[in-house]
Amino acid sequence: MITMDTKKSKTLLEVKDLCKHYPIRKGLFSRIAGYVYAVDGISFTINEGETLGLVGESGCGKSTVGRTILKLIEPSRGEIIWRGERIDELSRSQMRPYRQQIQAVFQDPYSSLNPRMRSADIVSEPLRNFESLSKAQGRERVSALFERVGLRPDQMLRFPHEFSGGQRQRLGIARALSVKPKLIMLDEPVSALDVSVQAQVINLLEDLQREFQVSYLFVAHDLAVVKHISHRVAVMYLGRIVELAPTKLLFSTPSHPYTEALLSAVPVPDPKYQRKQIVLGGDVPSPINRPNGCHFHTRCRYAQERCKVEEPILEEITPGHSVACHFKLNK
Amino acid sequence: MSTNNQHSGQAVLEVNDLRTYFYTRDGVVRSVDGMSFAVCQGETLAIVGESGCGKSVTSLSILRLIASPPGKIVSGSIKFHGKDLLHLSDDEMRDIRGDKISMIFQEPMTSLNPVLTVGQQIGEVLELHRGCSREQARSRTLEMLKLVNIPEPENRIDNYPHQLSGGMRQRIMIAMALACDPEILIADEPTTALDVTIQAQILNLIRELRDRTRAAIILITHDLGVVAEMAQRVVVMYAGRKVEEADVLDLFDRPLHPYTLGLLNSMPRLDDDSQKRLTEIPGMVPSLRTEIIGCAFAPRCPSASARCQTDSPTLQDIGNRHLVACWHPNEIKTISTA
Repeated sequence: MITMDTKKSKTLLEVKDLCKHYPIRKGLFSRIAGYVYAVDGISFTINEGETLGLVGESGCGKSTVGRTILKLIEPSRGEIIWRGERIDELSRSQMRPYRQQIQAVFQDPYSSLNPRMRSADIVSEPLRNFESLSKAQGRERVSALFERVGLRPDQMLRFPHEFSGGQRQRLGIARALSVKPKLIMLDEPVSALDVSVQAQVINLLEDLQREFQVSYLFVAHDLAVVKHISHRVAVMYLGRIVELAPTKLLFSTPSHPYTEALLSAVPVPDPKYQRKQIVLGGDVPSPINRPNGCHFHTRCRYAQERCKVEEPILEEITPGHSVACHFKLNK
Repeated sequence: MSTNNQHSGQAVLEVNDLRTYFYTRDGVVRSVDGMSFAVCQGETLAIVGESGCGKSVTSLSILRLIASPPGKIVSGSIKFHGKDLLHLSDDEMRDIRGDKISMIFQEPMTSLNPVLTVGQQIGEVLELHRGCSREQARSRTLEMLKLVNIPEPENRIDNYPHQLSGGMRQRIMIAMALACDPEILIADEPTTALDVTIQAQILNLIRELRDRTRAAIILITHDLGVVAEMAQRVVVMYAGRKVEEADVLDLFDRPLHPYTLGLLNSMPRLDDDSQKRLTEIPGMVPSLRTEIIGCAFAPRCPSASARCQTDSPTLQDIGNRHLVACWHPNEIKTISTA
């Protein structure tokens, strides 16, 4: 497994060989009958002020990666290194100071806000946890946050149900931002929103990144959104990264057959656009019984005998561009 | 994307000034407020809009599936081969539904019956509408499963919905909708719940079937990419009304309504490498609880004038069957280039 060497523009987070295997228990004695290989040996880095996009289809493990980094899920194996220190083995109390620096915004703005709390309390909860501010100071900070994310301070006493989907997502962003984190894990932050509102939230995220130099791990399935917002993109398939590259390179010269097919499947809003569509047959195999060799070989149009037996490793083909395939495209 | 057969053929379905209101405790919700459109044989008409714009209610109104109360089709006509569906008795409507006009719903998870096998569900349609015997229904069901590319149809026919993946369930829905060779197929967000690679499979399938059966398709979607790929004609809805209608090439080439333009500009695009800032549409969709005075889009519109606040714009044909409901459609050009 090759770790990316990105010209040392201050690595914030490094993940090495991260795995999350869920045991499947069966029978009277709950013996382990197998594993769900949700995440299986993933390595990447995120630099300061950078957005790393993580894409893949449902069930590929992209959300699990995001949650494991926050230690909302304990990894089965692997290292999570935050500014040079390993945090994967820390206890809950030891982890506490790091929680301030890594925050999260979740997909569903309807279930990720406590319906019984007023919006000001939702936004200030992390503040109360990590900083000792007077009431007046707290209110001032929250009011400033409200304005920064495009909400009116006079909405501070409202409950979540009084906000629209886009506004709720702004609340979630304000909450994450309140403790001045270095990294925000965004798990499908715009996929529940309408197109016109989605643009507002994407623009807000970009403005905030410029202003606060915060890094994003942007987990999403919408390739156009990921292309727009990310500096680098990792493509996942069945728990593994199959390709990782700077955004432009990945979208102009995809080197993994899965990336190629994924890109070709996205409908382009231009009726004159003639695309070379590569339709993948069948469904994604189950993460319990993954195909031998390259996990993608059952759906790959370039697959050969070698792919059925030998697992390809993720290797760097040009600086910053890694691919896990025996027969790389566009070499 | 084929643009064949645009003007030929008579309309199979004509919807005129349809109004569907919901009478709730908090007041009247005008979900669909004066929609008109027509579809011809072999044509795909896309209805585009954001959540709550009334596109799904429009499709449910056509099949008379609006729960009443609280919903009610207040006025308008829905003519199928010249016959107004709104004047049919419930029995007559039931004969048409699932036979001549059928529908694919968005959620393949919730729109299949979990306690019936796939074969029973598709067979039921055939037994009801075609008077098939069990055996005939089963063999026709097998044909349908093959048609929609279900692998191992002989085994799958006895599966329950939970044993199938999302993409396969959507294929089952399509097989069921097509079992009686409908003249009109209404597809309400048929691929929204699916991954892109599966979406591509399903869209291809619908296209193939359209070309084979010459059915008219009404495609309800919020995804302009899907529209560009599938439709010949497009209706853009906003707050229960049609704001623009045109042939697909014309609409993407020359969007005239500020909302259509806003939608196109606010989408991040895969064919654009610039990563430049997206153009947002400020504000949000108006509530349909209160009667909208003037143009519904005026509060969010960059070119709104005093007139837009008070007078509701009427649809005008600006040529080439391109309709737009806007007082300032031509001013758009200057804004888009500015």
